[in-house]
Amino acid sequence: MNTNTPHSGSKSARPSGFSLTDWMPKIVLAPTMVIALVCIYGYMIWTAVLSFTNSRMLPSYNFVGWAQYERLFNNDRWMVALTNLGIFGSLFILICLFLGVMLAIFLDQKIRAEGVIRTIYLYPMAISFIVTGTAWKWLLNPTNGIQKLMIDMGFVNFKFDWLINPHMVVYCLVIAAVWQASGFVMALFLAGLRGVDGDLIKAAHLDGASTFTTYRRIILPSLKPVFFSALVILAHIAIKSFDLVQALTNGGPGYASDLPANFMYTYTFSRSQIGMGSASAMVMLGCILAILVPYLYSELRGERSEK
Amino acid sequence: MKKIALGLTAVALSLAATTSQAGQVEVLHWWTSGGEAAAIDVLKQEMKEQGDTWKDFAVAGGGGESAMTVLKSRAIAGNPPSAAQIKGPTIQEWGDLGFLENIDDVAKAGHWDKLLPPVVSKIMKYDGHYVAVPVNVHRVNWLWANPEVFRKAGASIPTTWDQFFVAADKIKKAGYIPLAHGGQAWQDATLFEAIALSEGTDFYKAAFVDLKDDALKGPKMVDALTKFKKMRQYVDPGFSGRDWNVATSMVINGKAAMQIMGDWAKGEFTAAGKRPGVDYVCLPAPGTSGQFTFNIDSLAMFKVSGKDTQKAQRDLARLVMEPKFQEVFNLKKGSIPVRLGMPRDKFDACADSSMDAFNAASATGDLVPSMAHGMAVNSMIQGAMFDVITNFFNSDSMTPEQAADKLARSVKAASM
Repeated sequence: MNTNTPHSGSKSARPSGFSLTDWMPKIVLAPTMVIALVCIYGYMIWTAVLSFTNSRMLPSYNFVGWAQYERLFNNDRWMVALTNLGIFGSLFILICLFLGVMLAIFLDQKIRAEGVIRTIYLYPMAISFIVTGTAWKWLLNPTNGIQKLMIDMGFVNFKFDWLINPHMVVYCLVIAAVWQASGFVMALFLAGLRGVDGDLIKAAHLDGASTFTTYRRIILPSLKPVFFSALVILAHIAIKSFDLVQALTNGGPGYASDLPANFMYTYTFSRSQIGMGSASAMVMLGCILAILVPYLYSELRGERSEK
Repeated sequence: MKKIALGLTAVALSLAATTSQAGQVEVLHWWTSGGEAAAIDVLKQEMKEQGDTWKDFAVAGGGGESAMTVLKSRAIAGNPPSAAQIKGPTIQEWGDLGFLENIDDVAKAGHWDKLLPPVVSKIMKYDGHYVAVPVNVHRVNWLWANPEVFRKAGASIPTTWDQFFVAADKIKKAGYIPLAHGGQAWQDATLFEAIALSEGTDFYKAAFVDLKDDALKGPKMVDALTKFKKMRQYVDPGFSGRDWNVATSMVINGKAAMQIMGDWAKGEFTAAGKRPGVDYVCLPAPGTSGQFTFNIDSLAMFKVSGKDTQKAQRDLARLVMEPKFQEVFNLKKGSIPVRLGMPRDKFDACADSSMDAFNAASATGDLVPSMAHGMAVNSMIQGAMFDVITNFFNSDSMTPEQAADKLARSVKAASM
């Protein structure tokens, strides 16, 4: 703020007052700002308002307080969706981080044909979740996928029917999502690893540290910012997951593999429960904020202390 | 060269049509698949002959969900189409919001009250006035069977659920899949609804139309749920998430013996070149021979302004109920005409028996709206029922008693 004061002071001292070059950036940015304000934040507020109304097929403004949230948390299907998000989100994030870091470290060993291998691992990220979901649906389907392959190969008792087992189906989502996203995490960490000062590693080796200790004690701790970025990106992929469920299981069997985004869509658009759908959307927003706010806080505080 | 000339004439003609101030009718629908699109083309042609222009507003996908989303935004913006493909209790919801046009004059001139069974005309009316016009009738409680599989397994085609279980065991032993089924909520509900109907029309109406609490958790519901759960062992392990037409093809190519599905399944058999009565048989679902669960598509009329537009809208309503359209459309779609007493010589054996059952059931009161297809209850309660039914079918720990209790509770919660 302080840096602006002398500038604006000098402007008011200038007799011409209005200069196009000063205003140009603001004018150019204005439409984007307006669109962002209305279409993102405006609709967020609208959804928040609707979540306190008894809106059904069309939005209405008959306020009912927290009743929709009460109904939401008494709804079995919502609790299933929320539990699934917990299982899916934590497993997806942990496994992706673990695999991503491992792949990045292995690729960092100056191996041959690294470019080719890196592309192969990163490629799933270029595919949409719909394609991933459909392909894994075929692979995991017990009558024509992996199970059938194993049985045809002679393992007659092989059983892999998670896709149709209500207790295990959520792990199918994890498998497909991890397959897609761990390459991306690998790319993030690989970039981070390349940025680590070579002298630091050499110094560690001179001090007699093994490769394992070097990674564990020196290199990985210096990649903390990368960890945070990966965590935030993965968490929001997990919370907004919709297309993967839609393509892989369509919420089934029953509604055992529903995630909150699917719940929100079903209730808002096909069951004429806009009020309850909005309430579920607000809970999802809350989940995202719970991750974003601490992250932004630490980021901004970091910036301030740097100054 | 000829093509270009033709194209130019078409352009010229369409220009002429727009300049002649003819009434325009905009119809929102999701009849977009092959047979359906051909069926709706008939109506387009007839409207053109009346001098009206047809503005197609087809929104494909999601069993009409996408179309409904578009319709809502158009209605909120104050610019609804002339007519939209809306059915069942949803007509009442739109009526409550004051969007629908009273077309009593067309209905009176066309004697709709005489032509339609009262159960059907009640659905087409809001507050005692006609606001929608029925297009076709689908019978939902059908059993499609492949007689070849039955012959090989030495089983006979069942007419009661007890016989069904006996036959299914034999078929399973012979190495075939007894029941072709797709694990999607609406298919689970279609199967369950057929079983529930066999517990009696009165029970069905009490539970799925009047939503009586004691029917929803009573002994008949528990019995129906028990039978329904038994079906789980007669489907193959890969049923989860399967589309209905894939399940039908399993019956067609002899992998599976039976499927419980509405008469739209016939289209799949016909497309595969199979003949009714020879390559496949259509029978009422076990235990429901005199009963008829209907799924009726209808066009609801929205309030529109402009004399020409209103005239075109009324032309549309009139034409839909005329015998010519009812016959051609339903022949293409695989359903039966909603008008009673139509000539039947062009319809096949399945449609013929469907029409017999429709007439008979409307006289005896055994004509009931399908819950699984959104004819009996609104989308909220339907959704709540779907959740319980499909969850119960897939759960390995829920007892039928618990499911019935849950059904009653979630219906109550959804109707709040």
